Amino acid sequence: MAAPLSVEVEFGGGAELLFDGVKKHQVTLPGQEEPWDIRNLLVWIKKNLLKERPELFIQGDSVRPGILVLINDADWELLGELDYQLQDQDTILFISTLHGG
Amino acid sequence: MAAREKVLALQAEVAQREEELSFLKQKLAAALLAEQEPPLEHLDPLSPLPPKAALSRDEILRYSRQLVLPELGVHGQLRLATASVLIVGCGGLGCPLAQYLAAAGVGRLGLVDYDVVEMSNLARQVLHGEALAGQAKAFSAAASLRRLNSAVECVPYAQALTPATALDLVRRYDVVADCSDNVPTRYLVNDACVLAGRPLVSASALRFEGQITVYHYDGGPCYRCVFPQPPPAETVTNCADGGVLGVVTGVLGCLQALEVLKIAAGLGPSYSGRMLLFDALRGHFRCIQLRIRRPDCAACGERPTVTDLQDYEAFCGSSATDKCRSLQLLSSEERVSVTDYKRLLDSGAPHLLLDVRPQVEVDICCLPHALHIPLKHLERRDAASLKLLGEAIGEGKRDTQPGAAFSIYVICKLGNDSQKAVKILQSLTEAHELDSLTVRDVVGGLMAWAAKIDRTFPQY
Repeated sequence: MAAPLSVEVEFGGGAELLFDGVKKHQVTLPGQEEPWDIRNLLVWIKKNLLKERPELFIQGDSVRPGILVLINDADWELLGELDYQLQDQDTILFISTLHGG
Repeated sequence: MAAREKVLALQAEVAQREEELSFLKQKLAAALLAEQEPPLEHLDPLSPLPPKAALSRDEILRYSRQLVLPELGVHGQLRLATASVLIVGCGGLGCPLAQYLAAAGVGRLGLVDYDVVEMSNLARQVLHGEALAGQAKAFSAAASLRRLNSAVECVPYAQALTPATALDLVRRYDVVADCSDNVPTRYLVNDACVLAGRPLVSASALRFEGQITVYHYDGGPCYRCVFPQPPPAETVTNCADGGVLGVVTGVLGCLQALEVLKIAAGLGPSYSGRMLLFDALRGHFRCIQLRIRRPDCAACGERPTVTDLQDYEAFCGSSATDKCRSLQLLSSEERVSVTDYKRLLDSGAPHLLLDVRPQVEVDICCLPHALHIPLKHLERRDAASLKLLGEAIGEGKRDTQPGAAFSIYVICKLGNDSQKAVKILQSLTEAHELDSLTVRDVVGGLMAWAAKIDRTFPQY
């Protein structure tokens, strides 16, 4: 049984507009059998934080192309992507890439 | 007193004539540049910048404040003078970038932009002025840069960067700056830089945020390593729809100039493999660690599949501009032109005009007889908004023949959101949440209204 985790979930680059414009969310993930990883964090976010148009954020069991995922300010690709196991006090940032100029 | 008045009148006249003269000079400079421009397909070869052994007295004076920086010094300045930089996009990022590179004494600047100067550009594209509205941005930028530093060679290319021309162009320059405003161009510039072996300093901005990084520098990742798949076209917001503050593009363009200068002077960039995120509203700069170069990258990997430039508009499912897209969600029977709507309005036929733009845009301008319910409220079936709509329909129906379907016309800025709103209202009617209705949208929205019906109506 994994203990509850306190993590900071942040959105930027316009991704926050799908979350009522709120960029920073201090969340407590409840204790569960399996350890928390990014894969089930995404499911949790979709159920608990996402306010509208999930297709603009989620694609399949991952994030849609064009959203960068940063775990404690490092590209999730360096840390196992969906399989990264969350630690207490982690900061997970979802940043929508900008194209304007 | 009379003498004093005469002095003032003459001073005013001189000032006015000077302004007219400067306006004409700017126009002339742009016209002269336009006259010289070669077609992009067969570019005249650029002569290599001659190596420079020493700075002149004038150059020492001009660059003295940066020359005394030990990190740069005479050595760095000489490198800048023989460096060439290709700037893709002379807009909100490209203007400040080019301005600082010219001011710092970079030898040659290639300026690519297919677009023309519009009044709505001037709040952020600081090399362009009122006098050159309607002229090509590449020429306008070049004219402005020449006034700033005549020693810098400016080469305007007033055409789109295309897969046919990009590689040849990129090969002519040492460093490339991506100041473009759309996804296909970003992939095109990246692939051309990888194929030509050039470092790419890339920035972007929207609303109050900006991002900057350096791709394909000294074994670092390229754009495709970080973004192997383009974003779905409907998730991409342009500056016209999302808005952008000029200072934000200015900050990002300056940071881009800084990275270009450090690469050109041999100091090396700070943001290779890292990305700086700027949040102007919160006053935050945040640096994130990007992935390393991907061995399986389609462009810079060990077995690249991108060995030639491709059709990037097809790859991204969007066009290589930041102009607003026109959606086609409704049949022609479900839509009316602004001319037909004006006729209906003049006939006094009972109907409801529903404006579905966000409040911030309604504050800019609106038609006084419209009811405002933002699309977002309709999308989430907001109860208060539906009540308001139901009441407005009930009121309108009192003037309609009993049994006849009541007409709603939906309008927005350009005619995209209005189609989405029609779809929602149709579904509400089918689910009997609203009474029987005929719902249509106004093609081209309020901007078509401003262009075709009421010339005094603001455009934004």
